[in-house]
Amino acid sequence: MKTNVDCPEPASRYSRRTFIKAASAGSLVLMGRMARGQEAGLTNAAETDVDSFAPDYFVAIAPDGTVTCLAHRSEMGTGIRTGLPRVIADELGADWQRVEIQQAIGDKRLGDQNTDGSNSIRFFFDRMRIAGATARTMLEQAAAKKWGVPAKDCYAEMHQVKHRNSNRMLGFGDLVATAKTLAVPPQSELQFKPRSQWKYIGKDAPIVDLDDIVTGKAVFGIDARMDNQLFAVIARPPVVGGKVEKVNSAAAKKIPGVVEVVQIPGFEGAPLFQALGGVAVCATSTWAAWQGRDALEIQWDDGPNADYNTAEFAKLLTQSARKPGQVLRAVGNTKRELAQSENRFSADYSVPHLSHAPMEPTCAVADVQVDATNGKITRCHILAATQNPQAVQEAVGAALGIEQGEVLVNVTLLGSGFGRKSKPDYCVEAALLSRQLARPVHVTWTREDDLQHDYYHAISAMHLEAAIDSQGMPKAWLQRAAYPTIDSTFNAASDVPAAWEAEMGHTDLPFDIPNMSLEVGSAKSHVRIGWLRSVCHIQQNFAVSSFADELAHLADEDPFQYLLKLLGPDRHMDLKAANLANRGASEEDYPCDIGRLKNVLRRVAKDSNWNGRSELPKGRGMGIACARSFLGYTGHVVEVSVDRDGTLHIPNVWVSLDAGTIVCPDRVRAQVEGAAIMATTQARYGKITFTNGRADQTNYDSYQMVKMADTPKNIHIDVVDSEAAPAGVGETGIASYAPALCNAIFAATGKRIRDLPIADHDLSWA
Amino acid sequence: MTAIRVNGKTHELQDVSEETPLLWVLRDHLGLTGTKYGCGISECGACTVHVDGQAVQSCVTLLSEIGDSEVTTIEGLSEDGSHPVQKAWKELNVPQCGYCQVGQLMMAAAMLKSTPNPSDDDIDAEMWNICRCGTYPRIRAAIKAAAKEMNQ
Repeated sequence: MKTNVDCPEPASRYSRRTFIKAASAGSLVLMGRMARGQEAGLTNAAETDVDSFAPDYFVAIAPDGTVTCLAHRSEMGTGIRTGLPRVIADELGADWQRVEIQQAIGDKRLGDQNTDGSNSIRFFFDRMRIAGATARTMLEQAAAKKWGVPAKDCYAEMHQVKHRNSNRMLGFGDLVATAKTLAVPPQSELQFKPRSQWKYIGKDAPIVDLDDIVTGKAVFGIDARMDNQLFAVIARPPVVGGKVEKVNSAAAKKIPGVVEVVQIPGFEGAPLFQALGGVAVCATSTWAAWQGRDALEIQWDDGPNADYNTAEFAKLLTQSARKPGQVLRAVGNTKRELAQSENRFSADYSVPHLSHAPMEPTCAVADVQVDATNGKITRCHILAATQNPQAVQEAVGAALGIEQGEVLVNVTLLGSGFGRKSKPDYCVEAALLSRQLARPVHVTWTREDDLQHDYYHAISAMHLEAAIDSQGMPKAWLQRAAYPTIDSTFNAASDVPAAWEAEMGHTDLPFDIPNMSLEVGSAKSHVRIGWLRSVCHIQQNFAVSSFADELAHLADEDPFQYLLKLLGPDRHMDLKAANLANRGASEEDYPCDIGRLKNVLRRVAKDSNWNGRSELPKGRGMGIACARSFLGYTGHVVEVSVDRDGTLHIPNVWVSLDAGTIVCPDRVRAQVEGAAIMATTQARYGKITFTNGRADQTNYDSYQMVKMADTPKNIHIDVVDSEAAPAGVGETGIASYAPALCNAIFAATGKRIRDLPIADHDLSWA
Repeated sequence: MTAIRVNGKTHELQDVSEETPLLWVLRDHLGLTGTKYGCGISECGACTVHVDGQAVQSCVTLLSEIGDSEVTTIEGLSEDGSHPVQKAWKELNVPQCGYCQVGQLMMAAAMLKSTPNPSDDDIDAEMWNICRCGTYPRIRAAIKAAAKEMNQ
C-alpha cells in the first residue's frame, strides 16, 4: 500500500483517559463524560491505562472486546463518522456491530482535522488502514504468544484471532491484556488486506447517527449545553469593518430574561476568523436574547465598505475581466491568433455572491476559566458545530491570549456546513462573551445573522474569447476571471484571484487547444470572502462549459461530440508544465487523466440516451458538461422542460462519477444527489446583493432554496468502479451541474444564460 | 404561570412570556432540543411539531396560542423510533446532516394522517420543508414506503 500522506508512527502507549469510551454505539457523547477524558488528553497523551489496549490514536479495544474508533473529522452530512471507522474495522477484522464511535477533540496529533476540501477519505484512507492493521497485527501476535505458535499462523476475523492449523480461537477482548505488553510494530512490517478481502470498504451501511437523527436525540451545535450557560444573540455591524458608535441598551435590559448587554470590539486589519464585533445580549433563553437584541438602539460607523453596491461592482468586474490580466498559464501565442483570426467569438459570464446558508446556523458554547488567585485565563472549553476544531483552538487561543493547547474543543454534529463552519468567528464570539461574563455563553446566529454576515462566495465575472478554425474548433482560447479573492480574508491587500483559486476550473482547463491564455484580473473585496462547497468551480466551470456549448452550437455540432474533440486524445495532462498544484496531490497517484474524464462523459451520454434527445419536443432539452474537480471526475446531463410561460422543470439528471476507490457507496450517491440539488438552488436562485455595504437578503424568503416541488425529479447516478486512489466526492458533484443545466435551457428554448441566477431571466417561448 | 401539554405530559412554565414562540419554549425551557430552529419565519419547516395532530411551525406559534392543545414533538412521535416514517427514513438512509429531518418527519407524519396515499403532487404541495443537503428524492421515496406500510 502506498501512503499518500505524512502519517505519524502510531503512539506506543495511549491513555484510555484520552480516549474514553462513548456510552453507546453511534451516540455523540458531550460534555461531562467526554470532556473529562479528553481534557486529560490535552496534556498527557502518553499516560498509560490499566484496561484498554490502544496501540494507535484512532483505535482502542476494551477487555470486553468493544472496539472504539476515534472519528477526528467532523460529521456534516457526508457520512465520514461512518466511513473512516469502517476502514479501521475492516483492516482490524472487527465485527462492525461491536464497534463504537468516539468523536475526537481538536488535537494536532491526529493530523489534519479541517473537514473541508473533500479531503477526508483521500487524506486518511491509508492512515485508517494503518491504525487497523497495527491493532490487528498485535492481537495476532498476542494470540501467537499465548498459544506458543508463529504469529504468521494466526489471523483475525470477525472479532476473533484464529489459528490456521488448529481450532483454537480467542476473542479480541481476551487478547487485550497480552497485546498491551507488546511493542508496536513499525509501519514497514504491517501487512494489509488485499482488496478482494475487504468486508466493509465498498459496502453499504447505515450511518452511525441514523437512530439518533430520526428520534431527535442527535446533538448539534445549537443543542450543546453547559451548566449555568447564558444564551447570546449579537447585533453585528451591518457593514464589514463597521464599528459601534453609540448604543442605548436600556430597552433591551428591560426584557425579562436579559442578564447582560456586552459590547464586542471590532477587528483590525484582515477579518481572519476574528469576531465581527457589535453588541451582544446575553439572556436566560435564546428568545429573550433575541428580543433584547431587537430592542437595542445602535448607531453604527459603517467604516470603509459603506459604498459597496454589487450592482455597480458587477460592472467593474466585467471590465476587469475584459482587460489584459495576469497570465497564469499560456500555451502558444493566443494574442496573435486572436488578432489574426477572421472568425472570433467572445462571451462574458457572471455569478453573484452566494451564501452558505447551512440549515443549522453557526452556534457554539464556550466556558472560559480563570485562575482566581491571579485572574489569568487558564483554559477555555468549547462545544461547537465546527468543521475544523484545530482552527477553533487557534482562533480562540489568539483572541484570549492563551496557548492553543489550552483550548479544549468538542465537536458536535453539524447541521451541514458547506465551508461556513470551518471559519470559527462564532466560537471566538462565544469565548469573548464567556470571558467577560465569567460563565458559559452559548452564541446562536439567527438566519438573518447567517445571511447578512457570511464569508460569502465571491461575486465573479469571466470573459472568454476563441479564434475558430474552418472546422469550427477553437485554435486559440482566451479565458479571464475576475473576482474578490478568498486570500483577502487573511490579507487585506490581496486583490487578484489566487493561483489555487484559478486552478478550480479555470487554469486547469483540460482542453487540447494549441493556443491558450488563462488569466486573472484584479478585484477588491468589500465583504468577507470565503469558500463554499466547490468554491471557484462554481463560476469557472459554469463559464468554461457554457462557452464550449456555445461554440458547439456555432459550429452546428453535437455538444457531446464537440466536448470529446475539445478534450483531445487520452493522456495525462502535464501538470508541472502547466504550473498546476493538483491540490497538493502527487501526479503519480492523482494524474489529471483525460481518458477518465472522457469516460465519465461517454458513460453519462449513454445513460441519458443523449442521442435520442433530437426527438424531444420544443420546450424540452438536454445539456451536457464535464469536469475534473477535487481530483474526481464528473459528467452531467440535465434534462429540462420549460413551459411556454417560462416555468422551468427538471425531470431528469444523470451523473457519472469517477472518484477512484469508494468506501461508502450509498453515501457517495447521497452526496452526488445532494450536490445536484444544491447546485440547482445556486443556479436557479442563488444571489446575494449588497446595497451600501449591507446584504439585501435576510432569510429563506429572500434567499430562496430549491424545495421538494422544484427539485430535480429523478437523479440517476452512475459511480465508476475504480481501484484508483480515492478522490474527492462531496464537492465534486457540483462543478459540471450548473453549465449542464443552462446548456439544457438553451437546447429547450434557444435562450443562453450567461449571468446567473436563472430566476433573473425570462424563459418564456412562443 | 402557564401550563402546556407536550408529549402527553403537563409542564408548568415559570417566568415565560405568553408571547414566546413555542419553538423556544420547547428547546430552552423544556429541554426538548429535537425540534430545530431554521428560519424563524415559517419558511423552512425545521421547527415543525404537531398541535392536536396538525403540523404546525413552532417558530411562529406563540405559547399563548397553544392553550389546552396537545403538542407532540419528535421526542413523542414514537417511544422508540418505530413510527412508520421513522422506520422508512432509516430503511432508505435518508438523512445526510440530519438537522432538518426532524421537521421533515413531523411534516410527513401529519400529511400521512390526512393523505394516506399521497401522490407526487401531494408530496410536492405538502412537503415544503427546506433540506440544504438535498435529501428530497429520498424523502419522497420514504414517504411512499411509509404510506405503504401504514396502509397494510
